[in-house]
Amino acid sequence: MSDMTTSSSGWAPNANGARRRRMDKLATLLGMVAAGILVLVLTSILWTLLSRGISGLSAAAIMKPMGPPGSGGGLANAILGSLIQTFLALLIATPLGLGCGIYLSEYGNRQNRFASCVRFVSDVLMSVPSILVGLFVYQILVAPFGHFSAFAGSVALAILAVPIIVRTTEDMLRLVPIAMREAGAALGATRWRVTLFLCLRSAKTGVLTGILLALARVSGETAPLLFTSLGNQNWSFSLNRPMASLPVTIYQYAGASYEDWVQLAWAGALLVTMGVLAINIAVRLSARRG
Amino acid sequence: MTLAPARQPDKVSAPESKEKRSSADTAFQAIVGGCSLIVLIALGGLVVLMGVGGQEAFRTFGLGFTFRDVWNPVTNDYGAWAPLFGTIISTLIGVLIAMPLAFGTAFWLTAIAPPKVAAVVGTAVQLLAAVPSIIFGMWGFFTIVPFMARHVQPFMMHHFRHVPGISLLIHGAPFGTGLMTAGIVLAMMIAPFMTAVMRDVFGAMPGMLRESAYGLGATRWDVMWKVVVPWSRTGMIGATVLGMGRALGETMAVTFVIGNVTSVGWSLFAPRSTVASLIALQFPESPAGSLRLSSLLALGFILMLLSFASLSLARMLRKDGK
Repeated sequence: MSDMTTSSSGWAPNANGARRRRMDKLATLLGMVAAGILVLVLTSILWTLLSRGISGLSAAAIMKPMGPPGSGGGLANAILGSLIQTFLALLIATPLGLGCGIYLSEYGNRQNRFASCVRFVSDVLMSVPSILVGLFVYQILVAPFGHFSAFAGSVALAILAVPIIVRTTEDMLRLVPIAMREAGAALGATRWRVTLFLCLRSAKTGVLTGILLALARVSGETAPLLFTSLGNQNWSFSLNRPMASLPVTIYQYAGASYEDWVQLAWAGALLVTMGVLAINIAVRLSARRG
Repeated sequence: MTLAPARQPDKVSAPESKEKRSSADTAFQAIVGGCSLIVLIALGGLVVLMGVGGQEAFRTFGLGFTFRDVWNPVTNDYGAWAPLFGTIISTLIGVLIAMPLAFGTAFWLTAIAPPKVAAVVGTAVQLLAAVPSIIFGMWGFFTIVPFMARHVQPFMMHHFRHVPGISLLIHGAPFGTGLMTAGIVLAMMIAPFMTAVMRDVFGAMPGMLRESAYGLGATRWDVMWKVVVPWSRTGMIGATVLGMGRALGETMAVTFVIGNVTSVGWSLFAPRSTVASLIALQFPESPAGSLRLSSLLALGFILMLLSFASLSLARMLRKDGK
């Protein structure tokens, strides 16, 4: 690396002292402005959400199901629908992501072409536009059956969650010291026992963090649900039927021309954001303690 | 599980006899290998199905579908150019705004801010990255759009209307929606993400280099511009490309603020549409098996290729950087 620093020779640190100090001041100022803009945006978003959403966030909004405009409907079925679909998505994504992450870290060394292929694919999936995941699930789980379903929505969310879990699981398992594996093997434990009961156990916190981050990511997703679980005005507990969800409801209500629907959209937006940010803060706090 | 590769000797393998490598071990490897296979199939299926679904559109309009500037559901005549144009331009605007923001923030956080302040601001930036995209959309629609319509556009019209070149970019009624607004909202979405990656890249540089530059009497900006940036150039470009990939496929935030008109033109303040926003809006009203649906899927296929290309580029740069 030394050639890089010397390659910018002609740079004499002590020349032009005043000019360089001015540049430094200017850069410091601009950097601060940049950071300030981002903090301002976060503040503005939170302020907008609070000021518009808090008045709509009543007990009725949380307890009552959606209804026609002016009828005093709430968000209850959307909240429950979101919880069901997100939970089911995690139920699908967690074992898959864990398995894939374990495979990549324990069996996927450099010569393993299949593993590097999977690693690449997982990376691609992590950055694939979420609306395309919605289109994909529509084609495999909605179009062939002829109707939208909550299950299809969960699968779409799961596809978004899996790569996050894979990545954190692999990274965390790789951090487990080799000595620990060797100690397990020396005691006569078979390989799968070493992996599951020693490595995975000691990497528990990190793996859990990944699952939580995946939860935070998918619980605000709207685009993949538009073509899969569609949304529903009424209570529905059937996985085989369209189901309401908070983000989709926000999307439908925010663009409506009814005052009370827009109000509910803001209340829903406030709920979703608070939930997502709370998970993120919790993850960060536990990471700091760990 | 025939696709699972032969197990190779590696760091863990304790001396184990043939029968010691129990059937449970084999089963375990088969299970986790199977999970990997499912992930592989998921992406393969995604790409293939997009292509197959869009087949009819490509067959009807030829490969020129990509560059046809027409989207007319009434005459059943479709081309990808208008939404593609919107996607490319709004992404470019977003990246152009986000890059200096992210670089400045990362610079300030790593080199200037006192540790305690940096921790708080850093957390705020990371939280901003976690805000769901639909929230950015609503915020943009209720905050940025009126601001653009009331202040920015009238201001630009007043001062730059007669400047050749620029007047082309700003003409149109002050709706507040359009490519510029979408670009700004996208920038606010991807900047925190790019900041996080850039911080990692800066942090990966050996401290020795930085310290020796300081020892020579360099200012913090000198160190940044002449030591850190040359060292981490590829990583920074990688971060930018990753951010670009996000902006390309962003749906909800853009749908709220871009105005959703399928047209092509120079004005950055006129309503347009993007690939993702067009899919989100028109998919629900496209009957199964129609040419329109197929055209939307073909659009999805093109978007897939774009995002795939940007990710491959980012990965290549990251490997070079190491």
